[in-house]
Amino acid sequence: MTTYIEGATGPWEVVIGLEVHAQVSSNSKLFSGASTEFGADPNSQVSFVDAGFPGMLPVINDFCVRQAIKTGLGLHAQINELSVFDRKNYFYPDLPSGYQISQFKHPIVGEGHLNIDLPDGETKAVRIERIHLEQDAGKSIHDQHPSKTFIDLNRSGVALMEIVTMPDISSREEAMAFVKNLRSLLRYLGTCDGNMEQGSMRADVNVSLRRPGAELGTRAEVKNVNSIRFMGQAIDFEVQRQMEILEEGGTIVQETRLFDPVRGETRSMRSKEEAHDYRYFPDPDLPPLRLKPELIEEIRKTLPELPEAKKTRFVEKLGLSPYDAAVLVSDAEFADYYESAIAAIKQQDDKAPKLLANWITSELFGAMNRDNLTISESKVRPEGIAELVDLITAGTISGRIAKDVFLQMWESGESAAQIVKEKGLEQVSDDSAIRVCIEQIMAANAGMVDEYRSGKDKLFGFFVGQVMKAMQGKANPKLLNDVLKEMLDGK
Amino acid sequence: MNELIKLNLSQARDKLLKKDFSSVELTSAFIKQMEETRGLNAFITETPELALEQAKASDKRIAAGSAGIMEGIPIGMKDLFCSKGTLTTAASKILSNFIPPYESTVSQNLKDAGAVSLGKTNLDEFAMGSANITSAYGPVENPWKKQGDNAKLVPGGSSGGSAAAVAARSCMAATATDTGGSIRQPAAFCGLVGLKPTYGRCSRWGVVAFASSLDQAGPMTHTIRDAAIMLEAMSGYDPKDATSIDISVPNYESLLTGNVKGLRVGIPKEYQVDGMRSEIMDVWHKGVEWLKQAGAEILDISLPHTKYALPTYYIIAPAEASSNLARYDGIRYGARIEGEDLTDLYEKTRGQGFGNEVQRRIMIGTYVLSAGYYDAYFIKAQRVRRLITKDFTDAFQKVDCILTPTTPTAAFSLDNPPTDPVEMYMNDVLAVPANLAGLPALSLPGGLTSDGLPLGLQLVGKSFDEVTLLNAAQVIETAANFQGQVTQMRKAS
Repeated sequence: MTTYIEGATGPWEVVIGLEVHAQVSSNSKLFSGASTEFGADPNSQVSFVDAGFPGMLPVINDFCVRQAIKTGLGLHAQINELSVFDRKNYFYPDLPSGYQISQFKHPIVGEGHLNIDLPDGETKAVRIERIHLEQDAGKSIHDQHPSKTFIDLNRSGVALMEIVTMPDISSREEAMAFVKNLRSLLRYLGTCDGNMEQGSMRADVNVSLRRPGAELGTRAEVKNVNSIRFMGQAIDFEVQRQMEILEEGGTIVQETRLFDPVRGETRSMRSKEEAHDYRYFPDPDLPPLRLKPELIEEIRKTLPELPEAKKTRFVEKLGLSPYDAAVLVSDAEFADYYESAIAAIKQQDDKAPKLLANWITSELFGAMNRDNLTISESKVRPEGIAELVDLITAGTISGRIAKDVFLQMWESGESAAQIVKEKGLEQVSDDSAIRVCIEQIMAANAGMVDEYRSGKDKLFGFFVGQVMKAMQGKANPKLLNDVLKEMLDGK
Repeated sequence: MNELIKLNLSQARDKLLKKDFSSVELTSAFIKQMEETRGLNAFITETPELALEQAKASDKRIAAGSAGIMEGIPIGMKDLFCSKGTLTTAASKILSNFIPPYESTVSQNLKDAGAVSLGKTNLDEFAMGSANITSAYGPVENPWKKQGDNAKLVPGGSSGGSAAAVAARSCMAATATDTGGSIRQPAAFCGLVGLKPTYGRCSRWGVVAFASSLDQAGPMTHTIRDAAIMLEAMSGYDPKDATSIDISVPNYESLLTGNVKGLRVGIPKEYQVDGMRSEIMDVWHKGVEWLKQAGAEILDISLPHTKYALPTYYIIAPAEASSNLARYDGIRYGARIEGEDLTDLYEKTRGQGFGNEVQRRIMIGTYVLSAGYYDAYFIKAQRVRRLITKDFTDAFQKVDCILTPTTPTAAFSLDNPPTDPVEMYMNDVLAVPANLAGLPALSLPGGLTSDGLPLGLQLVGKSFDEVTLLNAAQVIETAANFQGQVTQMRKAS
């Protein structure tokens, strides 16, 4: 689906391509054995290789290679049996050897695709051009000293996958949906933790405009956008900026821009004329990377069920709505939680999977949002919420009571059964107890009974409420309805 | 001169094991000679105290019967190998204060074999040179002189300090590295055996890099047997070097048979380069005769792309060097010259830290990798390199090894070396093809010029077939009787 932006001089088509840098989940770096732990003291996780000492040599970390293959397979992409590491040469203090080892001409992963859901319910395939492996640079810290820059090399040599899309994305919503889906996929695969705030994932956003059907326009590249929200803002700003220039008859300069999250705008970093000549050439320290087809097949067998397949299964086998299914599969942790809860359900009830999904997406997610906790921090574990649903489907408690029980579970971590038992919240399904209560209510409201019997049916609800209130909400609603109707009707 | 220092490595090893003398005695004799020959400037850093400590430990291991294959042998270590705790300069100002916190694999292998290191030998800065005149620590002087002429001569380069030190008997053998002839050319200039092994035989880990796809460490010794022993000690697969090859290391010494019956030796016509002195042609012809007499079959062969080897080398080696030397920026280690801003700091540090030849090669390398020139130079050179390799592959269908001269000339004047870089680069014209093809190659003394300077013969072999080279070389060594030639010439004059 192509959407157009209406300008003063006619419609414009937005064309976006992304280069997502995803940190490979791995305990050690791409070419050295140093640790990759986040948040360690500056320069505490640096080997002599990472610091570019004389005579030090890179040796490829096989686990990172496997992670890249896994990612490629998750994106339905071509895995290249031969790939080559190149040196990208430039001087900067946080780049110790004076070059970054990357893959330029022959990346490890070739073309693939990732689907995104469009607002109209359609699915769009965004094509992946390539994924290559490269090492990260260190970090320059400019705010520790008035005139000096500090360097932290902990990140130097950390493995990154650069995932490059074709210019298939045509709106901020699509771009944001792509990054969300990609992040979710990478988490499923366990190949990147997707924590943008920690810098594990960031994107370079290429934006250009063209008249519908025309040739691609000149693009601007917004570097290092590190949140999905910022990406939306950066695209909005770029589209507006470029449209204004084009509509006034100007031309777009091919350049690198930086997003300023404080002002919500992009600023020019350097133009193509000032662009570095990186003098790429094959790294003579590293032989070409050759992958055996058997290795690729072995990794293919270890792929988990991916979000799309899981969503289809949730809808078709478990009867969830596409919306609920999408919410639950959007995060591997959510889906795992849900599936663990399903496995813990004891009551045979066809409605249970759907009921469970509702409880998770409404009550649990609501509480998580309110208290700003993640699902793994929740005291309500999958077995707990399954027990709560079991209590509902077994008729032990009503849905209304269950909400109170849930809140207490959320606060204290006690089990549902324990709370129900301690507080005596079991639903009353004893016919005679309900009858006694109804008799009392009818006696106390004789006038209303007469009105009801003379045809004022709407008063039925009033009696339900009164009885429930008298029974502290514990009456089995269905039984209450049946008995009340029978008694009011005087049968 | 103490008699002990006149021994060859293998002789000294046998006598140490028989306890004729101790390693401390042997090492002390070399320390004394190292001091007496200091005028050659062969060492950048002498480590006599460390050497004596190591010698004591060697004597203990010999007494305990746990001697390694080079136990107690005092050697020189080219100052390109990082030595833990000892200044390692690569003969550059930019590393004038660099003390590595690690030991290179090759030097560790030698330590593990029991070798005793006397110190770090001088070299051309970052191993870039063919005369050892680009060192920031001053030029090295060749112990050889022309008959009746006291003029100083260059020892060759880049491993000129190692060559001069071994030739002056201020160490028994030395490590060297060869990117484009840097072991073989100085060995030829100093009348020694120099062996560049197959690329991947010795680990490059911990060796300051010049051109990664060409650099290879090897031994510099007095005899072929010594080279065989030291090669075994230096070699071996190293998981820390991705270009190191996992092939077991033979006991080279035990494979020395001195038998070349039926060995097919190729003589490439393209190695008769312009301006080659007739004395060199004579030695080459003698080499052919010696091998023929020992039963080898001599075959004329062609290596048609030889003439492109030197220009190819001078594109690939500087390209890799320009990138390898980018790390010397004054930020983390090494010399730093402060500047007004970052660019100024870089320019001052690198402008003053690197010598002219290193700067020249960084500029050549940067140029050939630049956008717009990359295809015309670097890519083309890579293609030619493959053709040169194919020349050898084809030739080795017909022959088992190749015999050529090592250099087009003998050692030249230290005070008036060639000023034209290209003339200087011509020194390595016969050496670089083996580097480009990654093949093992060895130089040994074959004869003398009329004015008494050593001339080298080169043998090039198949990948990982150092054994064939050593055997053919040993036949020439025996037939040439180089020491005999020297004695005879000195008597005659």
